[in-house]
Amino acid sequence: MRAWRRLCADRVAMVALALLAAFLLLAALSAAGLVAADWEDEVGVSYAPPLFAGAMAASSVSSAAPAQALPDNPFDPLADDIRALRAQLASATATTGVARRATLPLGGDKWGHDVLKKTIKGGETSIVVGLVAALLAVAIGTVFGALSGYCGGVVDDFFNWFYSIFTAIPSVLMILAVAAVLQQKGVLTIVLILGLTGWTAPFRLIRAEYIKHKAREYVLAADAIGASHWRRMFHHILPNVSHVALVQLSILAVGFIKAEVILTFLGFGVPVGVVSWGSMLNEAQGELLLGRWWQLAAAATAMALLVTAFSLFTDALRDALDPKVKP
Amino acid sequence: MMLLEIRNLRIAFRVDRHTTVEAVKGISFSVPHNATVALVGESGSGKSVSAMAVMGLLDPAAAIIDPDSRIIFDGSAVRGKDIAMIFQEPMSSLNPVFTIGAQIAEVLKLHMGMRSAQARRRTLELLEEVGIPDPAQRIDAYPSQLSGGQQQRVMIAMAIACEPRLLIADEPTTALDVTIQKQILQLIAELQQRRGMSVLFITHDLDLAAEIADHVVVMCKGEVREAGPAKQVLTTPTDDYTRALLDCRAALATRRRAPLPASASEAPPLLEVRQLRKTFLLRDGWLRRRTFHALENVSFTLARGQTLGVVGESGSGKTTLGLTLLRLHQASGGSVLFEGRDLLAMPVREFQAYKRRMQIIFQNPYASLNPRFTVGDILLEPLRIHRIGTDDRERMAMAHSLLEKVGLPASATARYPHEFSGGQRQRIAIARCLTLRPEILVCDESVSALDVSVQAQVLNLLQDLQDELGLSYIFISHDLSVVRHMADQVMVMRHGAVVELAGTEALYGDPQHPYTRALLAAMPHHG
Repeated sequence: MRAWRRLCADRVAMVALALLAAFLLLAALSAAGLVAADWEDEVGVSYAPPLFAGAMAASSVSSAAPAQALPDNPFDPLADDIRALRAQLASATATTGVARRATLPLGGDKWGHDVLKKTIKGGETSIVVGLVAALLAVAIGTVFGALSGYCGGVVDDFFNWFYSIFTAIPSVLMILAVAAVLQQKGVLTIVLILGLTGWTAPFRLIRAEYIKHKAREYVLAADAIGASHWRRMFHHILPNVSHVALVQLSILAVGFIKAEVILTFLGFGVPVGVVSWGSMLNEAQGELLLGRWWQLAAAATAMALLVTAFSLFTDALRDALDPKVKP
Repeated sequence: MMLLEIRNLRIAFRVDRHTTVEAVKGISFSVPHNATVALVGESGSGKSVSAMAVMGLLDPAAAIIDPDSRIIFDGSAVRGKDIAMIFQEPMSSLNPVFTIGAQIAEVLKLHMGMRSAQARRRTLELLEEVGIPDPAQRIDAYPSQLSGGQQQRVMIAMAIACEPRLLIADEPTTALDVTIQKQILQLIAELQQRRGMSVLFITHDLDLAAEIADHVVVMCKGEVREAGPAKQVLTTPTDDYTRALLDCRAALATRRRAPLPASASEAPPLLEVRQLRKTFLLRDGWLRRRTFHALENVSFTLARGQTLGVVGESGSGKTTLGLTLLRLHQASGGSVLFEGRDLLAMPVREFQAYKRRMQIIFQNPYASLNPRFTVGDILLEPLRIHRIGTDDRERMAMAHSLLEKVGLPASATARYPHEFSGGQRQRIAIARCLTLRPEILVCDESVSALDVSVQAQVLNLLQDLQDELGLSYIFISHDLSVVRHMADQVMVMRHGAVVELAGTEALYGDPQHPYTRALLAAMPHHG
């Protein structure tokens, strides 16, 4: 309660929180199919420029007018069928808005997809990957860290040995190794890759906090009244070190959104047919050579906004939750 | 003409943008030349804040000093070099990564404009003067290589390096053992005489003030309650608050109840400790390990309804004893017989039942309560664990009656520990122990962190509970007068071993062991 009140008093935190909520809401709506479900419709001309940079660029792209229809061949035995097909095609183009639009709000990609919708849809993937993978990593790190720090002795030695092995391998190599083992593309794979390699930082911090707290008098007092080890670990100590885990969660979520971009860029990311900010950036490298900068700009801006908001919120959350920080 | 005159000093602290809290409410007092003035008060009385204001150490962003306040030093404004200050914690006042010689020499170079060689010579003289043994060798020692008393001596050397005319000592002996405290007090008194400087001695302890001061200023809640010559204030106080403070201490000078009849000591003991040992393995260098004996063959018995006092200086093993008895530390040897059953040998599951019968109250009420639990959670938890009471409503009713018993309102259950004062928190900790209706309570320095008046209240509470519930106490403390007040038997410990164990009257009246005599001699005597 107190932490929430302190958070509310922080204006930067509230702005960041509002931005975050907006992103999450968009991701949820797109997952539910209410927004950007039709992102794969080819609504614009190829590489349609964004609205604000539109008019002058539009003229140069307007060559995409439909070709003149061929006259009917009276000797063709299939003439009737072809006529029927043509009529069907014509009515189809009529329902989709007749012609493709020359400009789109944030421009279009090679196939004429609306970049705005693509960014929203891509955000869904990226945010899910970031948050779920971060949750997984922090959960693993917290449980391992709690066991290691609380139990000490052989258990601590074992987890430390495990930790040392994980951190001794360069992180990119580690990620590629896990990707090679899992052998399939998909959002779940990325979440597993990032979650299984990212637990080391929270592990180290939580372990240190547990070592510090297990000798505190309130934990001894809990022992004296007969509280079990489990109860002391997760009921007494965990709430007192939870700020570390929460802040790690925010930091890792930011890092993982960026890592997904890198993974997709390296070809280990989301499969074809699924869009993410990473795949958008991957496409953008070729487009940039042709001077089509809008897809890059949209994905990069969305990412920068989310990451900045998340980082600011993280800072504020840490201050609000840490009982040692006086308001 | 006074050396330091404070007139109408008023200091407020900013809490947030709109509210301020007045910590010092227009106090006036003065420090004469060549004299020691004691500023006495409990925590929150504004005594340290006033001293910081004199030194100019208050953060101007947080503290507002009223413009009408006057601090006049020898007829003019304060000059930094003429006043020096020493603090309560010598360990945190010294920089751990520099040698003590370098730290004293730095002061000399900065303020006295000395060169390195000259500063080192002077540093040696200063260390000699404050009584550091073998200064030529110690000058290159790091703070961690010195004991607490020696560190405080170094702080004093640093303070007198610039030949100040006023030395402000803010609780300089509170963190030290009684025997060391006595030495530091003597040193400050000697230096004051020899150098003809004045000392402003800030303390919460009236007995200490009586030992060292010529004048006493008693503060309470930011106001001066009484000021005057030490003898007059401490023997014929005119103010109610001063009288109450003196009474709190005076009450401790007497035994609470008559010595036990001889038959009581023949009753079968509730707890019998035999040859209890505890060793720690310390890492010493790369692969070597060193065993440290925290407890060596400690034996005693405790009868039902009795109090065993355990006294000793820091490092004597008295806290380890308490923790080992409750199996919070694993004992290395010996046995603890509770009604004839060995607690140390029984399996964990069986011991769980005995946890109900033996409880511990820790020293620091700020650390022993989980800050994330409400008082209700704190009191219900032991009841739930041991399945006392049928449901939470019944348990809550028990918690309410316990809170009432320790003198807190029932509404406290919805609040968090940090909303309570130190004394109230200690009451909560006591209530938590009582939920299990224990037979033995280990009180590990349970009143040491509390102010004198609060201390008296908590001690009274413990006594009332003992009379009402027939509890046995193992009362661990470094404060000899508190132990004398509480205990039927006293055990003196040193370096993990029992030095002397005797009835309270016998031990205080006719101590046998030279160490016990030294401890008793170092005790500040009131009046």
